[in-house]
Amino acid sequence: MYVKHERHPELPPPPSELGALGWLRHNLFSSWGNALLTVASVALLCWTIPPVLRWAVLDATWLGDTRDACLDSAGACWVFIKVRLGMLAYGFYPQAERWRIDLFFLLLVAGGGPLVLGSLLPRRGPARTLATRGLAAAGAGLALVLHGLLPGLLAAAYLGLPSLLARLRAPAAPGAAAKLGLALLAGVAVHALAPQGVALAAGWTALTLTALVLLVPRADEQGWRLALLLTALPALGAVLFLGDGTWLPEVETDRWGGMFLSLVIALVGIATSLPVGILLALGRRSSLPVIRTLSICYIELIRGVPLISVLFMASVMLPLTLPDGMHVDKLLRALVGVSLFYAAYMAEVVRGGLQGIGRGQYEAAQSLGLSYPKAMILVIMPQALRLVIPGITNTFLGLMKDTTLVAVINLMDLLGVIKSALADSQWLGFTKEAYLFAALAFWVLCFGLSRFALHLERRLRYEKH
Amino acid sequence: MKRFLVPLAAVLTLALACAASAGTLDDVKNKGFVSAGVSGKVPGFSAPDQDGVWRGLDVDFCRAVAAAVFGDPDKVKFVPVTTKERFTALQTGEIDVLSRNTTWSLERDAAQGIDFAGVLFYDGQGFMVSKKLGVKSARELDGASICIQIGTTTEMNVSDYFAAHGMTFKPVVFESADEATVIYDTGRADVYTTDASGLAARRTTMSNPDEHIILPEIISKEPLGPAVRQGDSQWSDIVRWTLFALINAEELGVTSANVDEMLKSENPAVKRLLGLDGNLGEQLGLTNQWAYNVVKLVGNYGEIYDRNVGPATPLKLERGLNALWTNGGLLYAPPVR
Repeated sequence: MYVKHERHPELPPPPSELGALGWLRHNLFSSWGNALLTVASVALLCWTIPPVLRWAVLDATWLGDTRDACLDSAGACWVFIKVRLGMLAYGFYPQAERWRIDLFFLLLVAGGGPLVLGSLLPRRGPARTLATRGLAAAGAGLALVLHGLLPGLLAAAYLGLPSLLARLRAPAAPGAAAKLGLALLAGVAVHALAPQGVALAAGWTALTLTALVLLVPRADEQGWRLALLLTALPALGAVLFLGDGTWLPEVETDRWGGMFLSLVIALVGIATSLPVGILLALGRRSSLPVIRTLSICYIELIRGVPLISVLFMASVMLPLTLPDGMHVDKLLRALVGVSLFYAAYMAEVVRGGLQGIGRGQYEAAQSLGLSYPKAMILVIMPQALRLVIPGITNTFLGLMKDTTLVAVINLMDLLGVIKSALADSQWLGFTKEAYLFAALAFWVLCFGLSRFALHLERRLRYEKH
Repeated sequence: MKRFLVPLAAVLTLALACAASAGTLDDVKNKGFVSAGVSGKVPGFSAPDQDGVWRGLDVDFCRAVAAAVFGDPDKVKFVPVTTKERFTALQTGEIDVLSRNTTWSLERDAAQGIDFAGVLFYDGQGFMVSKKLGVKSARELDGASICIQIGTTTEMNVSDYFAAHGMTFKPVVFESADEATVIYDTGRADVYTTDASGLAARRTTMSNPDEHIILPEIISKEPLGPAVRQGDSQWSDIVRWTLFALINAEELGVTSANVDEMLKSENPAVKRLLGLDGNLGEQLGLTNQWAYNVVKLVGNYGEIYDRNVGPATPLKLERGLNALWTNGGLLYAPPVR
């Protein structure tokens, strides 16, 4: 009788399981059905991709300044997009003032970038400091080089403020009175910088800064960065975009347009719909009957009508009901419409998150002696919002794409500018290029947003364990 | 409920009445610019060029109004309005002039609270065919397949026309003008029909524009003109006479190039137009140089037409009905005197 005592040496897997062949066998040809599907898909791709590629890249016209450059080519005419890039990006915003928009988005990237980077890089270490400080320095330097001394100083001040504030507050945390004073001082400073026309922005800064300083007990550099991003940057944006009439010439909102306008609507919509939505969601779950009924009525009413009808009401009906001589800015009407509309959707998303939080969490918060706002802010909301990040992202993406609906009330957003570009009698007939460009622009924006949300979701889940 | 509705209606009416009774000229002078409602999406009529400068026939008319009021054609703010909100925008005072290729019709004139100041462009529905068909007149189109954009009055006009002449046609309907153009261009339909100015714009987008002709028959009346709020006759006079000044200037041979020489003209009609004789401008509430400013800064009707839609532009529209009455067209302006 033969009994084998040693283990048989491991044989290499058969060649059909190895390498590219194995991968193909496993993934593409694992069964007859899959093999057929693979062949069909490859055939479809071979059939569709080459003509598209030939049209969009190989035969396309890239050089030139006039329509004549495109006439004898069978491919796409990207010259049409090229000569109109300024219009597509800024609309009718005066060319000499376009740097203000550039500066704002530079500050947004350099000021918000460290927040994204901070979550990617390890918590402590030179890489993180280098990346965040480097980004701030690069932002300020770029502003200095591109836009001149004053904008450069402004950028340096804004981007350097977080680390300064974090350092100032490090030794001893000031009392509530000092915080309030600081917030008011900030508000007054903004107000002094912008003597007229932007009092609203100044008030908004002071108010939110107060709230943040009072609610955030101790902020580090990143915390201040976030606080400034939510308070000072919007105020700064309002001043930059609108102008203050003294240093910066005023630019009325009817000259805003293109991608800039789409982004303004999307950012304002995102920034207002989330907080309002959270309040509405809490209102709907409130035990106070009046608040609950009002919240339910609002949510159900708004969710019951299409956004386009809200915008039409705001642009056609509202002016008729206003007293003589009173005009509400068209962009403001659209902004309010979009924000309130999406707040109703956001409320339901957040409510979904609230329902996912066990009763024990509420009771635990109560037993700690936390008041209702504190319990919500410190215990319930962080968990609830984390649960519904995919839902929130979904709503944000919907909002971003729905900004194109303002074209029906003739605001010149990206799509509006494209439609008017198609009517330029010197450049008739480039419909495909124009809409493809719009699709691409929106895809890049939305894809970026969804990747960021995915990353945020993973990171917050990681911290939970 | 009724208790609330009646006062509400009263307030609304009052608000509308107030809006209508305010002196538009004073308002315009106070704010320092004319607010003009335009389409922004019609080739040759109003669209921004690549630098964001508004171009077009409708647009230049608004510049002419600004030149008449302020002596400066750039004191005008263009507000793109949609077909749905255009009349509301006018009634609420958001815009002072509506110059948005709007057809003058009884219903609009009577019921929308607006007044038309005249006709800036005589448009009408026409047909475009390929030269290869060898067709010279719409009467030869019996049995043709016609590409039509759905949901417009075009379809009704075509069936009326074909029924009236005892002919038949095969409709090929599409949702958007872009789609319809592609169908026609690829030869899946014999004829493409829409307003003549639209046909001209569409022709330039064909793969070979020279292979297509627009037939001479125009089968519907679409007089396009500027409109103002009802109930302010001073302002409506100003807009109306700006249009007439443009036409009269062409008739008298006054152009932006020769207007300064024309100041020396002995022709009494020219002298009255250019404000050398009498106080006609002041009677309108303007300066006596109003028409001089219009012609000097914007041009006469012919110049505006040629610049935006004329034979030298991509639209290649002949004057046709829009020629002066002395040249067999319909443009006839009352005299400035």
